[in-house]
Amino acid sequence: MTDALVVSRIERVDGTAITLRGDDIDTDRIIPARFLKAVTFDGLEHHLFEDDCREARERGGLHPFDEPARRHARVLIVGANFGCGSSREHAPQAIARRGIQAVIGESFAEIFSGNALMIGLPCVTADAQDLARLRERADASPDEPFFVDLRAGQAGCRALTVPITLPSAARDALLTGAWDATGLLLEDYAAVESVAAGLPYMKGFGS
Amino acid sequence: MAQTLFQKIWDRHAVRRLPNGQTQLYVGLHLVHEVTSPQAFDELARRGWAVRVPHRTFATVDHIVPTGRQLRPFEDGMAEAMTRALEVNCRAHGIPLFDLSSGDQGIVHVIGPELGLTQPGMTICCGDSHTSTHGAFGALAFGIGTSQVRDVLASQTLAMSPLKVRRIEVRGRLAAGVYAKDVILTIIGRLGVKGGTGYAYEYAGETIERMSMDERMTICNMSIEGGARVGYVNPDDTTFDYLRGRRFAPSGDAFERAREWWRTIASDRNATWDDEVVIEAGEIAPTVTWGINPGQSVGVGDTLPDPRSSEGTDRSGVSEALEFMGFRAGQPIAGTRIDVAFIGSCTNGRLSDLREAARVVRGQKVAPHVRALVVPGSQSVRSAAEREGLDEVFREAGFDWRSAGCSMCLAMNPDRLEGRELCASSSNRNFKGRQGSPTGRTLLMSPAMVAAAAIAGEVVDVRRIP
Repeated sequence: MTDALVVSRIERVDGTAITLRGDDIDTDRIIPARFLKAVTFDGLEHHLFEDDCREARERGGLHPFDEPARRHARVLIVGANFGCGSSREHAPQAIARRGIQAVIGESFAEIFSGNALMIGLPCVTADAQDLARLRERADASPDEPFFVDLRAGQAGCRALTVPITLPSAARDALLTGAWDATGLLLEDYAAVESVAAGLPYMKGFGS
Repeated sequence: MAQTLFQKIWDRHAVRRLPNGQTQLYVGLHLVHEVTSPQAFDELARRGWAVRVPHRTFATVDHIVPTGRQLRPFEDGMAEAMTRALEVNCRAHGIPLFDLSSGDQGIVHVIGPELGLTQPGMTICCGDSHTSTHGAFGALAFGIGTSQVRDVLASQTLAMSPLKVRRIEVRGRLAAGVYAKDVILTIIGRLGVKGGTGYAYEYAGETIERMSMDERMTICNMSIEGGARVGYVNPDDTTFDYLRGRRFAPSGDAFERAREWWRTIASDRNATWDDEVVIEAGEIAPTVTWGINPGQSVGVGDTLPDPRSSEGTDRSGVSEALEFMGFRAGQPIAGTRIDVAFIGSCTNGRLSDLREAARVVRGQKVAPHVRALVVPGSQSVRSAAEREGLDEVFREAGFDWRSAGCSMCLAMNPDRLEGRELCASSSNRNFKGRQGSPTGRTLLMSPAMVAAAAIAGEVVDVRRIP
């Protein structure tokens, strides 16, 4: 039918990691609203965590996303309630366009992880202690290769493997490549129309 | 079997179970604005799809609209480009657009209810997390991302997983000077900013039942700040009275039929909720946030928490917030000097909000060091306020009286904080950088409290104002 059915299965992500400390990192920090002034998603990655990066520089440090050694990272390790706040898809778009292909966290805000799924960016959860161990490894060595294996339900690096979870619907969508669902939604339109016909407000409550 | 409103609406809009276990859900009302839609329309064009049900989608411009000079083309070229993209897309697909010349333009969550588009029993989506506002009418309303906007445009449906339902009962009566904003800030403070993840919040109890629709909208609006994508109130006579006579609401016999159906949508008395929480209204004080998320709040008479007495990961959160805000543990929130006062937003930019703020402001002057502005939620809120003379009350006190839009809630237009400015704000988010300056600071509070702070030049208890 259309390219929506040209599936792209996502089973495993391999690459080095970036870690972010702290819980409740909100969408305004991921991509400040002033960069939403655009009619495309192009170039959003250049403004990813821009204000946090500047704040770190002003303190004489470097934000993880500014560290040259982590430029090619594929895995992002975060805390709890990552992506809270706005429904802006610009947030996962900026992360994905920066090259990140999987996010591991203690928990995610719902709209954020849903938006990430829609663009094929898996958000998987791990328990806080396991996350701390992963974080320690990643911080110690920027070159350490990490993996996120959705089929096996595991993530880790050379010396460490921890269990990960993600909602079964998301796992299934990523493994089968059905995360771009528009084609599916158009498949059985007679069923859609029959639901619409049963909703009294669709007919203006006509008798 | 007894059901909650959530389950009833979900079941009536469920088309089928998708292969991954999600539900294909029909969307009864789709609202669109200029920030999260252009990429969705582009994607639609790229795939050669039409807008499936254009008469169930309505658009307006709100986020980037300048609230001062509004002549086209806008001075900000990108704001102009985004507005033009929306105009072109709406024209191409036959989508009604409430633009600046319509008299109906405003924040999408203010105009939906105002026009009677928002009705009980509907599923309502918009590319904006504060879509939960519409749940005040007993609708199942939630924010979606741009790829989902594309899905709704293409199919009028979405792939969704169901939520659990937490009933939050607010008992008793609010004291004078305590508002809906204080109730929702208290709920978020109590349950946490991620407490609602995976849940829809059903707000119930005497306090909620006594509230006007405007107040219920304030409550439902901030559900997402507590992590709950959906918040709702069961529809009742207050809801029906509000809707009667609105432009897109049914009229005559159809209204009577609608009301009968709307009544059946409310949660059954003997329904089962996944969780239940009770909040005592009498314990709620005017509430002010002191940190960098909406769960970090205290009563106006209280002092700021000490990270050393906070537990676990909360400790670093408290430290980080105090440091960013430039506050000390143990300091009282009252007496905090402010630089800017902002009254507006989808949380508190409706007529009743402006009336409450004007009551505080009348005959007073804004403190000399404070920059104060009122941004009505919609053109119709603005004109209704002007008919009551509220604009004069605000102007005489030294407030700027602006045109409708999202404005300084997220500063995508020229209204923004500068440098480290501290803003008393009736909006919904106090995230770092939210109001346009990366180092700017926000204290969330009710519109009456913002008005009182503007006059005093610092945070004060509105109940102490004669």
